[in-house]
Amino acid sequence: MTDDTPPTADAVTCTGLTYAFGGSKAVDGLDLTVASGEVFGLLGPNGAGKTTAIRCVTTLLPVPAGMVRVFGHDVAANRMAVRRLLGYVPQQLSADGNLTGRENVALFARVFDVPRKERAPRVAEALEAVGLAEAADRMAGTYSGGMIRRLELAQALVSSPRLLILDEPTIGLDPIARTGVWEQIMAVRAASGMTVLVTTHYMDEADQYCDRVALMHKGQVRALGTPGQLTDELRDRRGDGSSPTLEDVFRDVAGSGLDEGGEFRDVRRTRRTASRVG
Amino acid sequence: MCVVELQKLRHDRTELYTRAIQPALWLVIFGETFNRINVIPTGGIPYRDYLAPGIIAQSTMFIAIFYGIHIIWERDSGVLTKLLVTPTPRAALVAGKAFAAGVKAIVQAMVVLVIAALLGVTLSWNPLRLLGMIVVVVLGSAFFACLSVTIAGIARTRDRLMGIGQAITMPLFFASNALYPTASMPDWLRVISAINPLSYEVDALRGLLLGTPANLPLDFAVLVVAAALGITAASALLGRLAR
Repeated sequence: MTDDTPPTADAVTCTGLTYAFGGSKAVDGLDLTVASGEVFGLLGPNGAGKTTAIRCVTTLLPVPAGMVRVFGHDVAANRMAVRRLLGYVPQQLSADGNLTGRENVALFARVFDVPRKERAPRVAEALEAVGLAEAADRMAGTYSGGMIRRLELAQALVSSPRLLILDEPTIGLDPIARTGVWEQIMAVRAASGMTVLVTTHYMDEADQYCDRVALMHKGQVRALGTPGQLTDELRDRRGDGSSPTLEDVFRDVAGSGLDEGGEFRDVRRTRRTASRVG
Repeated sequence: MCVVELQKLRHDRTELYTRAIQPALWLVIFGETFNRINVIPTGGIPYRDYLAPGIIAQSTMFIAIFYGIHIIWERDSGVLTKLLVTPTPRAALVAGKAFAAGVKAIVQAMVVLVIAALLGVTLSWNPLRLLGMIVVVVLGSAFFACLSVTIAGIARTRDRLMGIGQAITMPLFFASNALYPTASMPDWLRVISAINPLSYEVDALRGLLLGTPANLPLDFAVLVVAAALGITAASALLGRLAR
């Protein structure tokens, strides 16, 4: 095991990451760097390859050596070291409804090797951090969608991860619950300085909470930068005095199938600009 | 994993009650009837007594063989992906699940034991022998649960697993010494019975609970090896479920 981990290593580095299901490439030569400590949003239309990319980073899908590094650890060579650094909340609402909130979190304290003596306080702390201390001993099956999401956040946080990976954390939640989930994420992040890698379809969330975003389309990054940079760049390119939102950038990148050809050059330019500035 | 299963059982006990129905029916209806007909050569003990350990093994196997359903449910709900992203080794996760099935089996075995005692079966209540029974039941269930998880890893959907589970439980049960001694089987069936871990589980349970002649060292060895193989196979296939 080569364990050359410079302390300043980026949280995630993908180099030419490619993953194919059968014949179709879900991720096709993805280059991506998430700096330590930032909140990084991975955006893109359905089927863009966001979730597949995340599953490669989380060691769920086997990738060849050299393609993905997490804090300097090669995901292919050093899975266990990578897993120890991760907190992962998948897309589905995956807390166990037949257990109480506290039992749900305690399970993850156990599987993450939190020392026996520290477990109870760490579990209580994680539940407190997501505002579920009072509901902790109720069955998770009685929780609302937003509460379950926050419970899952507590499950992911109990191991004090350095990289928190959230796959569409606010999918299917009402606006108030969405805000609630994001507030907890930002509060924990402010307290711990951990890196957050998040996918979302909500452009307003990406705009408001992400330090940088990458727009994925067809398995590749087509635009990269701070939300401000991306909207400014589109405004300058359009030059018609309108002030585009991140959603306009999204449309611009994802496009409709028809004007794909012309789009691609623009996107290439966008990407170059973005990577120069960002 | 074991702890989690116990916590769930504590929250919802209906499963325990409903699971007790089937073995009770086997013992009451099948056992009593064949006890009267008296056609099965049991080596001088009442058929009711002969059947009781078989039903303990059978009913715990039935619980374990569908354990893969839990894994598929965990896969569909995202619980499994979360567990697979933790530093806990696959084999530890599978072993945890397997012995959780064992824990349920212990409870089930106790229930059958009580029913059998109520029906007048003369069982050994020697604590050491009961402890032996627990070990046997846990090992047997661990094997069948791992078999189920292995099938889940290949089948990957609930429906297919249900189909395969249904298809193999009855043959496993009938091609064993649970209902009748292997001596009365045709040769080809005796061969199947000899490679069926359920036969060794039943043999051990009979030896422990009834004091019939049993090859206990061989039974334990087979069950330990079977459980270890099961855990190995299941943990090798567990990752497939996350893709």
